[in-house]
Amino acid sequence: MLNIGVLNEGIVIDHIQAGGAMKIYKYLNLENLDCSVAIIKNARSNKMGKKDIIKIEGPFDIDLNVLGVLDHKITINIIKNNEIVEKKDLSLPERVTNIIRCKNPRCITSIEQELPHTFKLTDRKNHIYRCIYCESKFRGK
Amino acid sequence: MRHLISPLDLSVEELDYILCLGQEILKFPENFSHICEGKKLATLFYEPSTRTRLSFEAAMLNLGGKVLGFSSADSSSAAKGESVADTIRVISSYADICAMRHPKEGAPTVASMYSEIPVINAGDGGHNHPTQTLTDLLTIKTLMGRLDNITIGMCGDLKFGRTVHSLINAMVRYSNVRFVLISPQELKIPDYLRKEVLEQKNIEYIETNQLEQNMPNLDILYMTRVQRERFFNEEDYIRLKDSFLLDANKMKYAKKDMYVLHPLPRVNEISTEVDSDPRAVYFKQAKYGVYVRMALIMTLLGLDSEKLFFR
Repeated sequence: MLNIGVLNEGIVIDHIQAGGAMKIYKYLNLENLDCSVAIIKNARSNKMGKKDIIKIEGPFDIDLNVLGVLDHKITINIIKNNEIVEKKDLSLPERVTNIIRCKNPRCITSIEQELPHTFKLTDRKNHIYRCIYCESKFRGK
Repeated sequence: MRHLISPLDLSVEELDYILCLGQEILKFPENFSHICEGKKLATLFYEPSTRTRLSFEAAMLNLGGKVLGFSSADSSSAAKGESVADTIRVISSYADICAMRHPKEGAPTVASMYSEIPVINAGDGGHNHPTQTLTDLLTIKTLMGRLDNITIGMCGDLKFGRTVHSLINAMVRYSNVRFVLISPQELKIPDYLRKEVLEQKNIEYIETNQLEQNMPNLDILYMTRVQRERFFNEEDYIRLKDSFLLDANKMKYAKKDMYVLHPLPRVNEISTEVDSDPRAVYFKQAKYGVYVRMALIMTLLGLDSEKLFFR
């Protein structure tokens, strides 16, 4: 098993669907953070078989709920003084802007580049978001 | 300020109110002929549509108002690359209300977000066409005297036909409505409509490719055209365009008091020999479309005598 150093303070984004870590990295703009970030791909998981994990060192303030839109199985652990002080379940935001893009070629967003890509939650149980313009469906993993 | 983007923007009560007002106008059109004097309707049509645009213009003229607008994207500033948001901000200072048709889905929603005047969606691609739905509902309500306890057959292109989707969404809000969905396999209703609307609300429906044998059960037969502009592939269009044709022979199987509706334009899906059958009401339906648009313009402008909604 690969060993990554224990975090004193930071955030562990766990139970990312295998192969999804880089997408999360991109959405959170982690490349702009001036701290250590570890990406662990295809870690063994009893629950999922394989999973990805991202560990981020240090305090940082970002709305992690958007991750729920992409992959609702993700769990977040907040670490302080070498201990997990909080386990966060992701709640699904009612509305997200420029997190996911509408792929419907008939949608007005396909010709008007300036328009924000906004989706609203229409079915919390099944994690379904719909484009506010054309109502095309987006379902997170 | 209210807009009408989707038929579901209106509650059942608001819908009933507009339909009742439409019936009132139908009976006493002269009482409403000056109500919009001094008001202007802008018709922003980014794709051609004779019927809907003229119906809106006739509605506003009947109310004593004036109309301005364009009838294709080529003759508008869209050809120069202007966004919908910018266009509507400018039009807001030229007119009191606008009707917009656009080939892209959601364009009227964008307009409503930036507009200072009420926006009516006059059709956005294959997505919504709420005033057609209002027309269909006024036709059914006026001819049958009710919108509940009805078996409605829908025939033709149920996959891309936005009028069909909107009408199903509107009709499921009334009690004891049953659907007979008649189409070829390739043009069946979209999955979301079946699962999220019909099944979720426990609506009785059957899907079939037999028009003739289902005719005797229908109170309303809603015919649709297989639309060339909704296909990416010309071959599929040619293969499916003549799938279901209604002729005098098939009408023999229908109830004496069944009504045939069609959003028009018709190509060949209803034979012209059916036109003289008193049950063929599609031209009457087009007339009702003007009255219901009159009622809608009045209510959105807050000029209805009751001022019950939208204020």
